Amino acid sequence: MFKNLTIGQHYPVDSPIHNLDPRLKIIMTFIFIISLFLIESFTGFIFVIIFLTVIITISKVPVKFVIKGLRPILFIILITFIINLLMTPGRVIYTIGVIKITEEGLRQAGFMAVRLTLLIMGTSMLTLTTSPIILTDGIESLLKPFKRFGLPAHELAMMMTIALRFIPTLMEETEKIMKAQKSRGADFESGNIMSRAKNLVPLLVPLFISAFRRADELAMAMEARCYRGGENRTRMRQMKISKGDYAAAFVFTVYFAAVLIIKIW
Amino acid sequence: MSIRTENIKYIYSEGTPFRTLALDNVSVTINQGEFVGIIGHTGSGKSTLIQLFNGLELPTEGKVEVDGTIVGKDKKELKLIRQTVGLVFQYPEYQLFEETVAKDVAFGPMNLNISQQEIDFRVKEALELVGFNYNKIKDVSPFELSGGQKRRVAIAGVLAMKPQYLILDEPTAGLDPAGRNEIFNQIKKLHEESKFTVVLVSHSMEDIAKLVDRVIVLSKGKIHMEGSPKEIYSQAEELEKIGLGIPQTASIVRELKNRGFNIKQDILTIEEAKEEILKEVRRRNV
Repeated sequence: MFKNLTIGQHYPVDSPIHNLDPRLKIIMTFIFIISLFLIESFTGFIFVIIFLTVIITISKVPVKFVIKGLRPILFIILITFIINLLMTPGRVIYTIGVIKITEEGLRQAGFMAVRLTLLIMGTSMLTLTTSPIILTDGIESLLKPFKRFGLPAHELAMMMTIALRFIPTLMEETEKIMKAQKSRGADFESGNIMSRAKNLVPLLVPLFISAFRRADELAMAMEARCYRGGENRTRMRQMKISKGDYAAAFVFTVYFAAVLIIKIW
Repeated sequence: MSIRTENIKYIYSEGTPFRTLALDNVSVTINQGEFVGIIGHTGSGKSTLIQLFNGLELPTEGKVEVDGTIVGKDKKELKLIRQTVGLVFQYPEYQLFEETVAKDVAFGPMNLNISQQEIDFRVKEALELVGFNYNKIKDVSPFELSGGQKRRVAIAGVLAMKPQYLILDEPTAGLDPAGRNEIFNQIKKLHEESKFTVVLVSHSMEDIAKLVDRVIVLSKGKIHMEGSPKEIYSQAEELEKIGLGIPQTASIVRELKNRGFNIKQDILTIEEAKEEILKEVRRRNV
């Protein structure tokens, strides 16, 4: 059931992309998203696709793995495509009954689908090449400036680290409880929505109990080691900008400049 | 009547860097009426193997047969197989979810489409099989019980399905000595008095040697040894090599033998060891 879940999953290999500074990668991902929404031409998208392909190749993450991450949002892409296709006014090129398909609609829908696909693939490059812990370290560091406006950067990052840390644990637990209940004849796969929801009770009750128990144990373990938030806390991994980071930043600047040029052209 | 696996292979996460070969060419047979122990180190594939027994997982290669039926994807057959092969997971108390003990135990039989009367009967029977007084326990919340009691309720939840085979994965993990004895005694009784075919999974030879007829030793997904507990015991070095501890009696007996005492090697219980040592001491005194 959870075997196809790739969004947010780390793919642990050693590559130049994996070794980049997380802060840089987060910023680059944001710029990448912005660039996707700036582009409104075929040449632009082809350029982005080439760029992303190069990045994926360098990262040593199999393309199959990246594409697999699209599966859960395929439905959303499809809906967006259909809505854009039917709702955009313009020059009508095809009519079926009351449904009118316009040239602009087709163009808009196609672009939107490609844009979303690239968006997911691009952002999943961030999570695939960065381990969750390093990623939250990066987020914490990036949020630091907002501390003076009362943003609890460390607490937020800690919450995220813990949440991320427990996703695989809870998934494993879910699978285990599911198997135990299946052994008692439970059926999670058939029936209508109502009976399916009811069938989830034997899964959810034990899952919540164990989640609370784990939270309790973790809080105690942290307190036993004198954890008390962000004040004066040093960290094991110091983030440093390296030569590779400068190179990546340079390449990315060139990319963004190229996108702007294509846009203005 | 038996559970048989034929040359099964099981691979986790095929096609990713997390790919692992959990079981490699494993053929085992569990005959009806037997009491079998499966021992192995963490990650030896023992938990995977028992999940193949009741169709929770399907082998990547090879086949599993339960009483002549090949375990496949057919839903009706699977339901029957899961009823025939009762699987008690590690820490089974984490599967409890109902408000009362009786309701929780009834969850399994309720999924079998049988009459309410039959369900009530089975719940009572199952709870008594694991040593509870039905009237005292039935309305108690399972979350108010002690660890060992919770575990017995969970085992009753599987017994209420009336399985032919009872498979238990580390049933005493995390219990204190009293709780452990409680569980082992119940399992022994289930085998001897209620004639269940029992498969006991453990990482400790010490725990299961006294109970089982036959031991299957798994290591790195393969069958490393198979035989009666005495046969396995006499190869203590072999067990230590694959990271399994050997029972204290076995290591004492071996050590005495190494120092020139004439003592039998295939000793299982402390009683037997005592007799043998006394015999040797008397002989030497003469």
